[in-house]
Amino acid sequence: MERVPVLKIGDILLVSIQIDMEDQVALQLQEDLADRIVTTGCHGVIIDISALDIVDSFVGRTLATIASVSRVLDAETVVVGMRPAVAITLVELGLSLPGIRTALNVELGIEMLALSRPHLDVEFDDDEDEADSAAVLAP
Amino acid sequence: MVKSARCGQVVWLGEAAVALSPDESGRFSDLLKEHADGLVARWAELVGAGLQGRMSRPELERQTRDLQKGFQQALAAGARDLKDEEAAELRAQLSELSSHRARQGFSANETAISVFALKDAVLDVLGDTDDINTLRAFVSFSAFIDRAALFTFDSYVRVRESLIADQTEQLLELSTPVVKLWDGVVAVPLVGTLDSARAQVVMERLLQTLVDTGSPYAIIDITGVPAVDTQVAQHILKTVVAARLMGADCIISGIRPQIAQTIVALGIEFGDIATKASLADALRYVLGQKSYKVVAAKRTER
Repeated sequence: MERVPVLKIGDILLVSIQIDMEDQVALQLQEDLADRIVTTGCHGVIIDISALDIVDSFVGRTLATIASVSRVLDAETVVVGMRPAVAITLVELGLSLPGIRTALNVELGIEMLALSRPHLDVEFDDDEDEADSAAVLAP
Repeated sequence: MVKSARCGQVVWLGEAAVALSPDESGRFSDLLKEHADGLVARWAELVGAGLQGRMSRPELERQTRDLQKGFQQALAAGARDLKDEEAAELRAQLSELSSHRARQGFSANETAISVFALKDAVLDVLGDTDDINTLRAFVSFSAFIDRAALFTFDSYVRVRESLIADQTEQLLELSTPVVKLWDGVVAVPLVGTLDSARAQVVMERLLQTLVDTGSPYAIIDITGVPAVDTQVAQHILKTVVAARLMGADCIISGIRPQIAQTIVALGIEFGDIATKASLADALRYVLGQKSYKVVAAKRTER
């Protein structure tokens, strides 16, 4: 069975879904992601669905479950890159994916996670003001 | 059924009540050939009077002469009715003429007269006659011309309809611009009544722009929308929800006092969607929302 790869980048787990989200794939991803959050101790999850043409109610619910599970494990989930056609279809179907945070692209998703956990933001405080404190913290 | 040669569309020309007999076709073909110059001159004069100088005389004569040739050739080939195989060329010529006239803005009347005038011209050539056979033949010929004129009228209407359809589409394209107001802020100034078709176009274009520019904020300005009913509100709400699903926030601005009254009277709920009175307020609100983000972005660039 095909699996969706989970990549660790800094404090973030990046999941880019490039294959059709069949039910089994979605459930597998849900399990894998929970495992990885625990083993890596990451505090942010970004799920990129920009390659997905179809998001049905099951995938929508799985994404919501992933978000809930991650929150229990102290990680924020952001779904990024939803296509306009997918968004329109979801609205027409009356599915508004409650409890899921979204961003337009991966970059904005990372920014959103960084803002929600400013104290963990190592990647983004390369400005002079905080450069000193970051240097002090670094071993 | 006969296919019109030019448009490729199927046109029903109707059953001929009075068809030309082979003898009559030949007779009028000869008559058209024999009196070609006189006919064309009289014909062009009759048409020209109706067009009131909007077409130069030489051009008109050239067109008329082409038509005369078309009629003559169709009749010479033995066409008894306009839907006959022999009249295919004539039909193509008539469609060409009417589409030309339609595009130049001539009225349907002025287009039809271009064909009808042939009757008068032919009658002039025939002169005063008591011959019952000649008159009977003329009646059949006249029916043939009527059919030709009806065909012209039909093509004229079709061309005008396609023109209107094109213009509607262009209007749809023109009236839904998405403009960038600030880094990460786009605005959609809606102008005109928002029906389902337009709402769909607006929604698709806005969402696509959000993806293309990566703007997390969109302002929908409804200053130019004359009335907001539940339908329009529904369209706007759908757009906002779709944008939210994609991770962008929408603000509705430009709500005029009367519109606000209507919205309340109709019981339309915008929920937690930010609504502002003016575009300026909306922009200020957005900049306030992302103020420290703007600063952060500036710093990372250095």
